Amino acid sequence: MYRYDEFDERFVRERVAQFRGQVERRLEGSLTEDEFKPLRLKNGLYLQLHAYMLRIAVPYGTLNSRQLRQLAHIAETYDKGYGHFTTRQNLQFNWPKLKDVPDILDLLADVEMHCIQTSGNCIRNVTADQFAGVAKDEVEDPRPTAELLRQWSSLHPEFVWLPRKFKIAVTGAEHDRAAIKVHDIGLKLKRNAAGEVGYEVIVGGGLGRTPMIGKVVRDFLPKEELLAYLEAIMRVYNSEGRRDNKYKARVKILVHETGEEEFRARVEEEYAKLDGPTINAPEEEVERIAAYFAPPAYEDLAEDSATLDGARASDPALDRFVEQNGFAHKQPGYIALTIALKEIGAVPGDMSADQMRAFADIAEKYSFDEFRVTHSQNLVLPHVKKDDLPAVYAALKEAGLASANAGLITDIIACPGLDYCALATAKSIPIAQDIAKTFADPDRQKAIGDLPIKISGCINACGHHHVGAIGILGLEKGGRENYQITIGGDATEHAALGERLGPGIDAGDVPGAIEAVVETYLAEKQGSESFIETVRRTGAEPFKAGFTAFIEARAAAQSEAAE
Amino acid sequence: MTVITKKGEIADAYVRADTLETAFEADGIPLIPASLVDEYVVAKPGTDFGLSVPGSMPIEDLVPYLAQASLIAIEFPGFSDGRGFSLARRVKREGFAGRLRASGPLIADQFTDALQCGFDEVELPETMTNRQPVQQWMEAKDTITDFYQSGYGEGLSILEKRRAARKGARP
Ligand code: HEM
Ligand code: SF4
Repeated sequence: MYRYDEFDERFVRERVAQFRGQVERRLEGSLTEDEFKPLRLKNGLYLQLHAYMLRIAVPYGTLNSRQLRQLAHIAETYDKGYGHFTTRQNLQFNWPKLKDVPDILDLLADVEMHCIQTSGNCIRNVTADQFAGVAKDEVEDPRPTAELLRQWSSLHPEFVWLPRKFKIAVTGAEHDRAAIKVHDIGLKLKRNAAGEVGYEVIVGGGLGRTPMIGKVVRDFLPKEELLAYLEAIMRVYNSEGRRDNKYKARVKILVHETGEEEFRARVEEEYAKLDGPTINAPEEEVERIAAYFAPPAYEDLAEDSATLDGARASDPALDRFVEQNGFAHKQPGYIALTIALKEIGAVPGDMSADQMRAFADIAEKYSFDEFRVTHSQNLVLPHVKKDDLPAVYAALKEAGLASANAGLITDIIACPGLDYCALATAKSIPIAQDIAKTFADPDRQKAIGDLPIKISGCINACGHHHVGAIGILGLEKGGRENYQITIGGDATEHAALGERLGPGIDAGDVPGAIEAVVETYLAEKQGSESFIETVRRTGAEPFKAGFTAFIEARAAAQSEAAE
Repeated sequence: MTVITKKGEIADAYVRADTLETAFEADGIPLIPASLVDEYVVAKPGTDFGLSVPGSMPIEDLVPYLAQASLIAIEFPGFSDGRGFSLARRVKREGFAGRLRASGPLIADQFTDALQCGFDEVELPETMTNRQPVQQWMEAKDTITDFYQSGYGEGLSILEKRRAARKGARP
């Protein structure tokens, strides 16, 4: 993985000193609260319901054991002993004190980490495919691009006061695991007919209150032209994005209101005026960064492991874990493992300091000292030797990290919701916990198969509910929490927004309604279709019928109980 | 109003004029808004003036005056409205050779951004300099030594410095 050189090191240290100074200037009155707010946000510091929240950047979701141990130390010293992984591959602490934040930043800088631009109206932490460098369907590793963008976007003089936040995601694979079509800019590494590598550039996707699928603005951008082209997009957005209404300020609205053709024309016009060579990264620099992501020193192994096969045969739990959480590796004899931070009843994405330490040991010993954070609030051990898998499984189990439900109905994404968030209109985490308990039986989960549920506690959609195969949106209606259910959402290359099944329902009815939706799926399913495949084929109608029947049965039961 | 360059506070040679009359009588070089500029150049051809424009102004509308005005002041309605930074870049790209001024309630923390985007100076309301005196601006611009973005500011970017260092290391 990438390592800081003296420039990166000094940059991050100076950024910490700068923030320390900003806190001091706020306290002695040089900065008003209104002026300080965007400055603290640009350093990941939110003011939440009960306390400050600090969001730490995990660039493209890659971490090592030393970093995780430091995070464990920070969690214990300055927080309540745990951290929370988010859908943007970041880590949040929910209880830091303002006065401690500069010290936390120093501790982060000690392990080459920071909070730069994890919030605020600027280019946010760049995300990437969690199976980068692992997946067989990869044209090129997306991480060197993401690292280049991390550097380029950090304290960009022109683009730190944008109309609104700006999120970039990169994938190098055919199958999109980075949700590039629902980002402000999505980049897909591809090859053209001549075999050269470049990018498909997608602009104007996004979730939030006005969800939109991004548009292809450039079908093939030669790789070396990336920074100049992004500068053109950003300049058009910075100049023309709406600033009169923050709900219409994202680039997706600009693309939508300007029209795809006209937006593309403006970007290309700006691009034509740029002096590309003065902006683009020097080739040597791109190579220097890429070298950090060279494959680790794999052993030459056979594809199959007798050790693993034997252990799977004698331990059904291990067998299930490998089947569900394993991901095929391009290197023979290796496998990638998803670690679902989704024990039944746990808070999605939460990890205790003890778990962090245990997991750091596992990653160090068994995965070339590297792991990833996924946008499903899970972790990935990218390079595990199949021969080591029984030992890895035992260690994970010991740490309470061997939940064999990756991708299943209990692997739920949930935003912090009313438990932490100042904007929430409803609870989100407890809903996830209730659903997980309803479907706790592993055999039932297996019979249902892949079914990503995503829950947001308000229309801002931090839980990605629009792109959940089942999406749940918590609202407030007449003083009560009220939940809308959608189905058919998809964040992959088949990106689609979910469709509503009917009127909103009470919190207590959500698990039952999800059961009704699942029953419809099992009845409609043909062959080995997954939930989303069935929905794509049948449309939402049968699901609406099942949902309506559930609501009517509930209403009947309630009026009977009232009599 | 206080005008600050990267060297510190300077005396303002320009005087804001909201009407043609005040522009003609200005005790210094008049700094006129976009709405008056056409009449002004007809009335006083060849004389020196500054032009003050909103950050939202399209560059095409500004180009005709770039050869005539000795100063362009780009107005920031609030510190968090970043359009002026992009307009500054476009003005420089058009080859504007005069002084480029950022005008409005910017905060010291933005001084480096402004300089890197091509501004020569900022013009601040007194309310701002009362809270953030010149000293803070001078300190703010020196907090971060190097930058990643090529093509901004005067020195080499971090990416360019790395390349230069590697070249230097080779025999
Ligand atoms: C707890 C404090 C949080 C607050 C106040 C907050 C606020 C917001 C707001 C206002 C938006 C909508 C922005 C827009 O559409 O322009 C948003 C979107 C989003 N947030 Fe959060 N958020 C919080 C936590 C989180 C967490 C914990 C996650 C990850 C689990 C997250 C991930 C996202 C994502 C992925 C989006 C959608 C981006 C898009 O619209 O494309 N946020 N957030
Ligand atoms: S979706 Fe709403 S409730 Fe959930 S974290 Fe985002 S802003 Fe808060």
